[in-house]
Order: sequence, then C-alpha cells, then structure tokens
Amino acid sequence: MVEFAGFEMPLRYSSVREEHLAVRGRAGLFDLSHMGEVRLTGPGAEAAVQLLVANDVSRLAPGAALYGVMCNEAGGIIDDVVVYREEDGFLVVVNAARRAADVEWMRAHLPPDARLRDESDGTALLAVQGPEATATVRGLTALPLDGVRPFHSAPAEVAGIACRLSRTGYTGEDGWELYCAAGRAPELWDALLEAGSSRGLVPCGLGARDTLRLEAGLRLYGQDMDETVDPFSCGLGWTVKLGKGDFLGAARLRRLDPDNPPRRFVGLALGERDIPRHGMAVLSGGARVGEVTSGGFSFSLGHGIATAYVATDLDPEAPLSVDIRGREAPAARAPLPFVRRALH
Amino acid sequence: MPDLSGYRFTSTHEWVRRDGDEATVGITDHAQAELGDVIFLDLPAVGARLEAGARFGAVESVKAASDLYAPVSGTVTAVNEALREAPERVNQSPYGDGWLLRVSGAAEGSVELMDEGAYLARLEE
Repeated sequence: MVEFAGFEMPLRYSSVREEHLAVRGRAGLFDLSHMGEVRLTGPGAEAAVQLLVANDVSRLAPGAALYGVMCNEAGGIIDDVVVYREEDGFLVVVNAARRAADVEWMRAHLPPDARLRDESDGTALLAVQGPEATATVRGLTALPLDGVRPFHSAPAEVAGIACRLSRTGYTGEDGWELYCAAGRAPELWDALLEAGSSRGLVPCGLGARDTLRLEAGLRLYGQDMDETVDPFSCGLGWTVKLGKGDFLGAARLRRLDPDNPPRRFVGLALGERDIPRHGMAVLSGGARVGEVTSGGFSFSLGHGIATAYVATDLDPEAPLSVDIRGREAPAARAPLPFVRRALH
Repeated sequence: MPDLSGYRFTSTHEWVRRDGDEATVGITDHAQAELGDVIFLDLPAVGARLEAGARFGAVESVKAASDLYAPVSGTVTAVNEALREAPERVNQSPYGDGWLLRVSGAAEGSVELMDEGAYLARLEE
C-alpha cells in the first residue's frame, strides 16, 4: 500500500505484470476513488468551462466527454481533466493531487451565474478496463452498452446502484468508468469482481495503471507536465481550441507556434534491458538534448519505453540515447501510443 | 515459509547460505516485495570475483533499479540462468528458485551477516 494524495492505495494486488497483461488480454478492475469530481451548474456553467478549459465544450452533447487542460495565464498546465456535459451542467474530473489547486483556481475564475461543488469526497470511481470489460458490465445493467460510444456516458443502474457509466479509461483499452456514491462503492466493487471473475478479470493497483497508461501514450500530470509546461510542448495541442474565443492562458498560447513549441514531446523505444526512468537525460552526439518524463518496461512489447522532452530544433533524424546510470542506451523515436488496442 | 535457519542476511537485503566452502546468494523476501515485479537482473559471469560489501550487480524492477552487494567474498561458479527467461522467480521464490549466484571459496568480510531473527528485527526499526 502507498499513500497517494491522502488515499491509501495498493500499488498491486498480485503482480504488476499479471495485472497489466490481464487488462490487455482480459479485464482489470481499478478503484480510482481518489480522483476529484467537480460539478459546475447554473446558467453560466458552460461559460465557466469554456473559460477554464482550453478545449471546446460548446458542441458537446449531453453525456459526451472530452479531454482537455486547464492553463494558467502563462499557458502552463494547471491540470489535465475530463469534462462531461451532464443533463444540468458539467462534471470536471481532476487529478487527486491537483484537486485543491484546481478548485481554488476554478473558484477564483467562476462567472457569477455559475455554481461550483467539489463532490470528490462523496463520489467513488471504479473502472473496468480491457477486452472483456463490456461483457463484464453488461450482465449488471439494463443500459444497452453498445449504444454508448467511446468518450460518452449515461446515467444507469449497475448492480442496483445509481452510477454514471462512462466509456472512458486510462489504459488504452475499451472499458468503463463508473461514478457512484462513495457509500455504495464496496458493493459495486464486489459485484464487478464477481461478474468478471469468470472472464479473467483481476483487481489492479496503481502500478499497472501507470505501465498501462504509458504504453497507451497517455500523460501523467506532475511527471509529463506541470505548471511550467504549455500544452503544445507535451503533444496536447489537439486539445487546444484557439478559435473558440477567449479562455485562460489563450493570450499566451496564441503567441506560441503549435508546430514548434518550446520543447517537443516524443516517444522512445529502448532495448529489452534498458529501462528509462523519469528525469534521466536524453543525449544526442554525447550532448544533453532532453529529459525522460515517464519511462518503464513495456510488458506488452518486452522492452523499455519512455516519453521525453527534446529540444525543438533537434534534427528529427538525429540518433538519440538515454543516460541510464552512466550508460548510453540507444533510443529510437517511436510514435505514440506505443501499444494500440487489439481489434476483437 | 521455508526453513531459513541456514540463511544469513545483510542490511542491504541480500541473503547467503553457506554449504562448507560454497555459498548461494539471493535477495530477501522483503527486498522482492519492496522492489515489485523483477524485470531483469544484471549479474556477473561465472568466474567473476565477489568482494564482500562491494556491488556485484543490479536488479531492475517495475519500480526502480537497485544495486546488489555481495554478502561474502568468493568466485562465481554458477549464475541462475533460469532468471533470464523467468525473472519473476525472484518474486515468487526468493529463497528457492529465485537464487542469484553460487560462489566457491566463500569468505566473510566486513559485512554484518544476521540470522533471520536479527534481520527481521532490523526491518522493524
């Protein structure tokens, strides 16, 4: 068990490798109740989200979600979030470690006709991820799951418990995230575990969550980005909608060249015995040209992988290596995600 | 739990089991639990010389790379080749199938070697 943002969380239930491979091949169950849920309601709710988040929620249908970043006035990322349009407002899902800073920032910039409620303490979040995830959830709900497309959600009863059932995740696999009242979460956990056990579903901890998201090329706040990094520099320019009108950070982001930001975010593939780690130097021709933001062993691919920042003016063909405790380990540029979902 | 009466432990979480002039070396159950899934091991070749207290290799786990320190001096006579294909044996059986090295001419150096009780007490500190 480890302490994480005030929560006691397991790094693993069995082994990270087993849990990782279960999610890629079958299904895994995660308790993500540490994540923060902030609800925005009132006539000004949409204007509030449009001001706070760099992505454009204006055309988001009820139930639909999008990924985006909240930026400070300097264009640095305060947090990366998932925003759902609900029937009567918006649900913003934030990182646990950023919740206090996010809520303070959001309150400070809230239009007078919008209301904010931090519902994190009363809300639990469980996730079922993997090729068997949909079959696992299907037996527990009357909601026709095939009608819920990726990055969409719907209110539904699952195992008799009121949930928001969302086709989203942080693993690169098909799967579901279930928001429910905190008090009902143990019951929901047991029901999902039982429903999935015949399909090979296993409970998964923070360790597998990290190795899965890295293979899927998904960013981790605090490691891949922070308040000093703009969204273009970490490959999240696709979430920035400069044409939508004014938003926090827009003035600064408009002065950047989206194709040539201050730093470039790249994927790196290394050898089977080369495990890059956060903070290791990226070298080219013996000189330091960047830094690993996230790294580890890919259980799916059988070799080391990393995401890194490199200098924008670096020749895209220049050979790279990672300084692994004094040894130069060759690193090939690799497109993100490292691992794509298998078609089933 | 295996019978660990013949095992001696270091404060850096290696174990050594003497059998006359020979000795087998591994990492402790506590070490494997702390490291998490072992991905691979950097171990010396047969014939290499270990010096008690000196670094002789590293274990790379899902969490981090950790150096390994020799509990005794000696000459490597065998390396657990099975760990190449199945490094998880270190996690599953740190005192059995997950052994790392065998050495001959095993001699104690300045490294403190504790029995199981003393090692477990040290972990409590």
